[in-house]
Order: sequence, then structure tokens, then C-alpha cells
Amino acid sequence: MKIYVLGPGCAKCTQLAEMATAAAQELGIDFELEKVSDFNKIMSFGVMMTPGLVVDGEVKCIGRVPSLAEVKEMLKK
Amino acid sequence: MNWKKEWKYLLLIIAVFLGCFYLPVGTARFDNAVIEAFHLVKWYAREHVLLCLVPAFFIAGAIGVFVSQASVMKYLGPMANKMLAYGVAAVSGTILAVCSCTILPLFAGIYKMGAGLGPATAFLYSGPAINVLAIILTARILGPEMGIARAVGAVLLSVVIGALMAFFFRKEEKAKLAIQMAMPPEEVKRPLWQTSLYFAAMIGILVFANWGKPQESMGVWAAIFAAKWLITAGFAAGLALMLIFWFDMRAWKVAATAVPVAIFAVLLPDQPLVAFTAGFIGLSMVTATDRGEGGAWFASSWTFAKQILPLLLVGVLVAGALLGRVGYEGLIPSEWVARAVGGNSLAANFFASFAGAFMYFATLTEVPILQGLMANGMGKGPALALLLAGPALSLPSMLVINTVLGLKKTVVFVSLVIVMATISGMLFGMFFG
Repeated sequence: MKIYVLGPGCAKCTQLAEMATAAAQELGIDFELEKVSDFNKIMSFGVMMTPGLVVDGEVKCIGRVPSLAEVKEMLKK
Repeated sequence: MNWKKEWKYLLLIIAVFLGCFYLPVGTARFDNAVIEAFHLVKWYAREHVLLCLVPAFFIAGAIGVFVSQASVMKYLGPMANKMLAYGVAAVSGTILAVCSCTILPLFAGIYKMGAGLGPATAFLYSGPAINVLAIILTARILGPEMGIARAVGAVLLSVVIGALMAFFFRKEEKAKLAIQMAMPPEEVKRPLWQTSLYFAAMIGILVFANWGKPQESMGVWAAIFAAKWLITAGFAAGLALMLIFWFDMRAWKVAATAVPVAIFAVLLPDQPLVAFTAGFIGLSMVTATDRGEGGAWFASSWTFAKQILPLLLVGVLVAGALLGRVGYEGLIPSEWVARAVGGNSLAANFFASFAGAFMYFATLTEVPILQGLMANGMGKGPALALLLAGPALSLPSMLVINTVLGLKKTVVFVSLVIVMATISGMLFGMFFG
């Protein structure tokens, strides 16, 4: 599973990346996480409010840091 | 030893050592500057943190949670009406850009996927200047006149700069990315009038708790000043009721806050700060222990406090050491400041806006620095010029803007900001200086 965390590197983006890692590990998912900080690449997902979470090419959450439970739901799909 | 890696530490140690070796302790100016820095920090802590910053953090946090950003973004999308898009872009910074790290992605998004270059630059320019925290702190510390001039100036200039950018590059308007803008779901949990009243109550608390003592002892302003804690208490009671009935906070928790506040208010009528602080501690506990929106509200306010307080502390210390309090001198002699940015000459305004554009101000630190500069003889015009050019731009942000817009547009944008800020500073200085 490919997970992207979109954001220029502010505190919230780091928080979301940590959460996604924790959630995926708890679920025992085989995953690869990439932080995207290049604006042009962030735009290519259609996201303009960071932090953003993209799971397998699908934008799951934008503009806020979701709770751990929510992130788990997003990863389960 | 791996000198390729270690040379930096060596250099750092040598620099720190030389600094300590030649530390100018004992010279009157240096010792005085250190004392000034602590005086200024104490003054901020006493006068501004409890009454102004704490409520401001809660308001900023509430904006992040309770205002639907998607409803604003509609007006900045690719199909948006152009005229309307400029207006929305110019003012939406108040609710969209509470954190400076959200401005650049939104700017890039509006430019590439949304309403285009003009509205995008308008948003980029006004966003950092009109976020709630910046306006509240500017008005509180530099005076309401400066706060209003900053907000109005930023909104007007942003439209002018955006329109000029769109005009200069009208032939280059690129084909839009064929990507659907991803929007957060638009959730409507309560009618707009309830949200509005809720914000009005919080702003009421902020405004009346900070009501300054007027010069005259009679008249409307003096009457408001005399009753300011009663009015504040009225707004607080209104807020408490709204939290119970509209925001599903537990009534017993809210009551457990209201009772101690009332007791403190009756027992210590000369110390309104005690009751005020008790109220905010209570509000924090009510919201922090909530699992729904209240919890999100607290978390969002907490994030702002955590992010901004350390920056502001360092900013105040540096401003105090360099510039001193009002009526005192820090490391920089007053006459230098007066010579560079005193009065309201073209050179002073240009210097202030040019320096502001390239300098990096961490969130809100422009306020104590400007306060120090003004105390040392900076004119009101140049002060506004710096406020209008400063937070919108910095060398690091220019580099990022460059990757989105390209060199030519970035240079034009930066020049426009500097020129416009200079002109506005001169006009402001002429009429109010």
C-alpha cells in the first residue's frame, strides 16, 4: 500500500505522518510512506489544503489532522 | 576524525568561544540592553498574555474547527466569477490562513487549479496580514489605528496587486491543470446565525476585557470602561449557554466553571484577572475533556498556542535587547533608527518596505519589533509600510513562490509589494503621522 502525506513540512504534516505510520503498523498493513513537500507535486493530487493524506492514489483527508481511529478507517478502505 | 562532517561543529565552537571571550558584559549599553529585554518580556507577560493572547488563541482555534473552509473555497475555484474571486481572496485570509504554513499551498492551488494568477496573488499578499491573531495583536499593542490601517491596507492593496499581476501577465494565463480540486466535505452542523453569535460572544469577551482607560473621565467610553467587566461577564454567560445548548457541552461541566468564576468575581472585585483566568482554565477543561467538537476546538487552539508562544517570547526578547522599551534605548541607538526610518520621507518609507520584504518575521514577531522601532523614533508611515511588506514576504517565501510562479512573475510580484507598501506608508504618514 502506498501512502502519501502531503504538506510543506509544518508541525501538522509531521503529526499526520506519524499517525499514518502508527495506524498502518497497528493494522499490520504492508505499506510505504512518502512525504511530499514539493508544491507542484502536491497540486498534482488536486490538494490545496495541507496536510493531506493520499492512500493508493485516492485523496482521503485534506486540511486537517484526523484522529487515529479515522486514519485507521481510511487505511482499511 | 571525519573532518568533512566535523568542521561545522569546530567553526560553531570557535564562534561561540570568541563571542564569550569578547562578551561585552560591563559596558553600559550591553548591560542595559539585557535588562531592557527582561523588562519587555515582563511587560508582555503582565499586560498581554492573559487578556489578549489566550482569548485570541481560542478564537483562532474555533475558526479552524467551526468555519467551513470548503464554503469559501467554492468562490476561488476555476468556474468562479472573477470579480467575486478577487474580493473573496482578499478577505478570506482571516479564516483560511490562521497558520502561515497553509498560505503557500492554497496560493499554489488557486493559481494552478482555481481562479488564476490575480486572485491567487491577492490571497498570498493579504493572508498573513489579516489573520485574526495578527490583527488582534497589532491593534492591542500598536494601537487600534495601526491595526485597522493594517487590515484595510492589506485588503485594498491585495486587490490592486492581484489585478496588476493578472494584467501584466494576461497573455500568459496558462492552461489550467485538468485536475479536480479536492475539497473537504462541506459539513453543516448548525445554522450560520448560531456560529456567528458564538464568534460574536468570543470577540465581545476579547474586546471588552481589553477596553482601555479613556483620557476623559466622563462620556460613553468612560462608562464602558467602568462597566467593562460586567459586559465581559455578560458575553461569557452568553457563550456558556451557547456551549450547552448548541455545542452539546455538558451542563454540569459548564456550571462547574461558572460557579468558581462568579465566586472569584464577588470575593476579589479588584482583581478581575483572577476570575478571568479561572474562566479560561474552566473553558479549557470543559473543551479538553470533550470528545466531539469541543475537543477538536481545544486541540486546535492548543496547537496555535504551542506554535506561537515560543516564537513570540524569543521575538520579544530580541526586540527588547535591540530596541528597548518605550523611552529607553537598547543595543541600537535611537538616532540610527530615527535617521533610517524617522519622519515620513520617501526614502524612509522605501527603506522600511524594502527591509520588511526581505526580512523573515516569525509569526507575530513583527509586532514587538515594530513597537521597539516606533519607540525609537520610527515614523507611522514607515511603520505601516513595514507591516504591509513584511509578513507577506521574506527571502525564504520568495524562493518557494519562485518555484510556483517562475522568476519573472516573482520579481514583478516582489517589486509591486515594495512599491505599493511604500506608497501606502507615505499616504498614511501624511494623514495620521
